[in-house]
Amino acid sequence: MTRAAGLPWIRHVLLILVAAAVALPLYLAVVVASRPAAALLDGVPFVPGNMLFANLGHVLREGLPDSPPVSRMLWNSLEMAMGISLGKILLSVPAAFAVVFFRVRGRMLAFWLIFVTLMLPVEVRFYPTYKVVAQLGLLNTLPGIVLPLIASATATFLFRQFFLTFPPELADAARVDGCGPLRYLVEVVLPLSKVNLAAIFVLEFIYGWNQYLWPLLTTTSPSESTVVMGMKEMISAAQSFSVPEWNLVMAVAIVALVPPVIVIVVMQRWFVKGLTGGIT
Amino acid sequence: MAARRRPRSARRRHRDVSGSTAVFPHRALPYVLLFPQLAVVVVFFIWPALRAFREAFIQSNAFGIGERFAGLQNFVSGVWVPSYAHSAEVTLLLATVTTAGSMALGLFLAVKVERVERGRSIYRTLFLWTYAIPGAVAGSLWLFLFEPGIGPGARLLDALGARWNFALNPTQAFLLVAAIGIWQQSAFCFLFFTAGLQGIPREFHEAGSMDGASRTRAFWSITMPLLSPITFYLLVMNVVYAVFGLFGIIDIVTQGGPGYSTTTLVYRLYVNAFQNANTTVAGAETIVLLVIVIGFTALQFRALRRRVHYR
Repeated sequence: MTRAAGLPWIRHVLLILVAAAVALPLYLAVVVASRPAAALLDGVPFVPGNMLFANLGHVLREGLPDSPPVSRMLWNSLEMAMGISLGKILLSVPAAFAVVFFRVRGRMLAFWLIFVTLMLPVEVRFYPTYKVVAQLGLLNTLPGIVLPLIASATATFLFRQFFLTFPPELADAARVDGCGPLRYLVEVVLPLSKVNLAAIFVLEFIYGWNQYLWPLLTTTSPSESTVVMGMKEMISAAQSFSVPEWNLVMAVAIVALVPPVIVIVVMQRWFVKGLTGGIT
Repeated sequence: MAARRRPRSARRRHRDVSGSTAVFPHRALPYVLLFPQLAVVVVFFIWPALRAFREAFIQSNAFGIGERFAGLQNFVSGVWVPSYAHSAEVTLLLATVTTAGSMALGLFLAVKVERVERGRSIYRTLFLWTYAIPGAVAGSLWLFLFEPGIGPGARLLDALGARWNFALNPTQAFLLVAAIGIWQQSAFCFLFFTAGLQGIPREFHEAGSMDGASRTRAFWSITMPLLSPITFYLLVMNVVYAVFGLFGIIDIVTQGGPGYSTTTLVYRLYVNAFQNANTTVAGAETIVLLVIVIGFTALQFRALRRRVHYR
């Protein structure tokens, strides 16, 4: 204790410097997004200007050339992220419930089928999966984007792990009271799983929102584009001007990163607790 | 008390070897509950994988009408070539640099934050948030920062005499992609190292300082061995991230260039399958990636099982 007495200030200074360095790209993005494009020709100023809301409003309402308004893209992103995160929960909770609370023949087969999804991230199977989705006529549809991404070994195993910490007496008591399995799931298991549901939701919402490669392949009509996959197009559109409109690109980047960052910052505590804890 | 006698037998009855509590006697219901997940796995995982296998060993003519068994020919023409080896090298190098960088930074910050008395949760937020940013958006922010002649980072490096132009200089392009990867992935390492440090009982540190171990010595001989399961887990996860997760960053910032210097195996597959429409090698490349990821999964499995760290 005594040895460290003189050090805390130095430690804080160091940590604050690193935190500032980590945040610098975002800070500069805000500075750029708050100025007119021409103001950037002689280097980026250090303080924000007064056009932040004007630029944000412009991209939200009108977007960049050849792209739909960013508000439309944000909506598409939200649909995809909600579809993926809720879909994963809707599929993995019943599956985990089935293997924990019932005697299932072929349990190992089910285990391996679900485990296989871990070995096939979309970055590996995108090419043949694209062909399957095309064959099923699902290109440019929400199910086409969402369905191939909603099988989840991670979520299923975490829920299974959590359900195993339920004392068997709890289900016994419920059964004796004449409570069927589905009512037990809805009225007992789900309310007790709130923290875990929240943690999985955070994890999978961010996963869904941040998808880039898969929507890039399956979405060809611009009006269905998500904001993350639209970045590349918007950057080249902005660079086609005689004065590159980096201020607009940075405005789009800000609105694209705010939702997942808010989700993780607000739900940080639940996130860590829900991924590690058992029933309490 | 009757209740005291019961739990033991109840537990023996309910928990069979596979860890099930098996309470409800229904026969069909569990399959109904499992069906949606398994259906998705079969249609969007197993079926595509089988298709990839088929395609990897089939050669079709230009119009896709005639097909014949091609043996290993697609692998020879698509994978057993110098350019594929080059992509493998880029992937490996990128994985090494980003993994080392993010783990070192994540561990350093986790240890420093754990030692401060006040403001820990604020620091935690400040070092965690970059994890949530979409890779393509992170790429966009950094692309502007280092856009030759325009971005402040590029101007700074120019002023320092670096002759910055990552669009022409392969090393600079490589370092830029790696730096963005580290910026994001160190947050993930920070989160897990923090959780690991909190799991170490205080007595270990007290015992160390009683024995007169210096702070550095205590860190390397007490803390690090106790963190080794997490370190191993992070090692695997970071390599997986570098191999499969950098796609968005690369596509935004360098498109694999200049001259394939940032073309990873996944990026190469994307270019072959969707830009060059070279479908004969795309199947074979998919199979190679599949084999790589199976290897990683086996490692991950070991990481999860290795719970005991000090013997």
